[in-house]
Amino acid sequence: MTTFEKIQEIIVDQLDKETEEVQLKTNFREELEADSLDLFQIINDIEDEFDIKIEFDEGLNTVQDIVNTVNTQLEAK
Amino acid sequence: MKIQAIGKYVPENVLTNQDLEKIMDTSNDWIVSRTGIKKRHITTDDTTSSLAVKAAQNILNNSQIKATEIDFIIVATMTPDSHSPSVAAIVQSEIGANSVMAFDVSAACSGFVYALSIAEKMLQAESVEYGLVIGAETMSQTIDWSDRSTAVLFGDGAGGVIVKSSIESSLLAEDIHADGKKGNALVSGKIVNDAKTGNDKWRRSPLTMDGRDIYNFVVKEVPNSIRTVTKKANLELKDIDYFLLHQANERLIKQVSKKLALDSTKFPSNIAEYGNTSAASIPLLLAELVENQTIQLESGQKLLLSGFGGGLTWGSLVITI
Repeated sequence: MTTFEKIQEIIVDQLDKETEEVQLKTNFREELEADSLDLFQIINDIEDEFDIKIEFDEGLNTVQDIVNTVNTQLEAK
Repeated sequence: MKIQAIGKYVPENVLTNQDLEKIMDTSNDWIVSRTGIKKRHITTDDTTSSLAVKAAQNILNNSQIKATEIDFIIVATMTPDSHSPSVAAIVQSEIGANSVMAFDVSAACSGFVYALSIAEKMLQAESVEYGLVIGAETMSQTIDWSDRSTAVLFGDGAGGVIVKSSIESSLLAEDIHADGKKGNALVSGKIVNDAKTGNDKWRRSPLTMDGRDIYNFVVKEVPNSIRTVTKKANLELKDIDYFLLHQANERLIKQVSKKLALDSTKFPSNIAEYGNTSAASIPLLLAELVENQTIQLESGQKLLLSGFGGGLTWGSLVITI
């Protein structure tokens, strides 16, 4: 499973969406209607899944933003 | 320890989300979708001690015992009228109890769970038969009404129980913690020196909270604590009839139930009516569930009480009722 696929799975589960709705370009707030509590939980689940720590103020707007942040953190490990 | 009687008191004055829309930049939709809160009861002339006294009178009315039979009084609160006298001492005087031990417990939203745990230990002394344990708060006194991120969350109220000594304790297991290193995530009533800015040299700061830190703390620690205490009680999660969690946020409670793979109907909630009443939230919920007969005294139902909040503190108890 790629980083994107794992993150996609977490978002689909947390926001109760279809897999096709969650793509790299997808914007959390505008397209998935996620609010701050949803994002807290998605980031929590991603932190647990990858055993990393993500700062919330990193300008996370799209799925791609999160994938990039996770990949950067994984490379630094 | 055995729970003998349960009761509560909340101020009559209600502040709805629509009322808040008129005094701050917020909306009913925003508050309901993120917190589940629709209204909160806010005192007009009551103090924490007068709420606690009215709750105590209600608990006594629901019991077969007199105030003079009570052997100790514990009040859990983070919003006492004063540091001295304690709220518990005021309650003792107002309800006409004897000159028995009375003190407050400061463990924020975990206060009632802490207090009930302490009561259970005290009831093991030979000469002690009845204890009065109350959670009481006027969170409205510590709210910064210009901070829309916290002002919409809290409410006032009081609830509690009379506990009786018994050979077989109804407290089956406990799991109680604090982590002072994370204390700055939720601060209320901190002494601030304002010498440079005004005539009032010392003042107390209103409540401030780091939402994400608190959220992370709750969704990580509370499911762990619930699993731990259930195991300590030699039970499985499915054996627990109801999980009475501190009423901080409906979404947070749903997330905890999801983490535990439990149906959310096992997690009763009254946050829509009262908001977050800190140490009062669990006894208020318990009192309502007894009033509507969801929970029945002497039924043998198994309840898990779990509080979490400032300190940071958290704790869970498994009890039979």
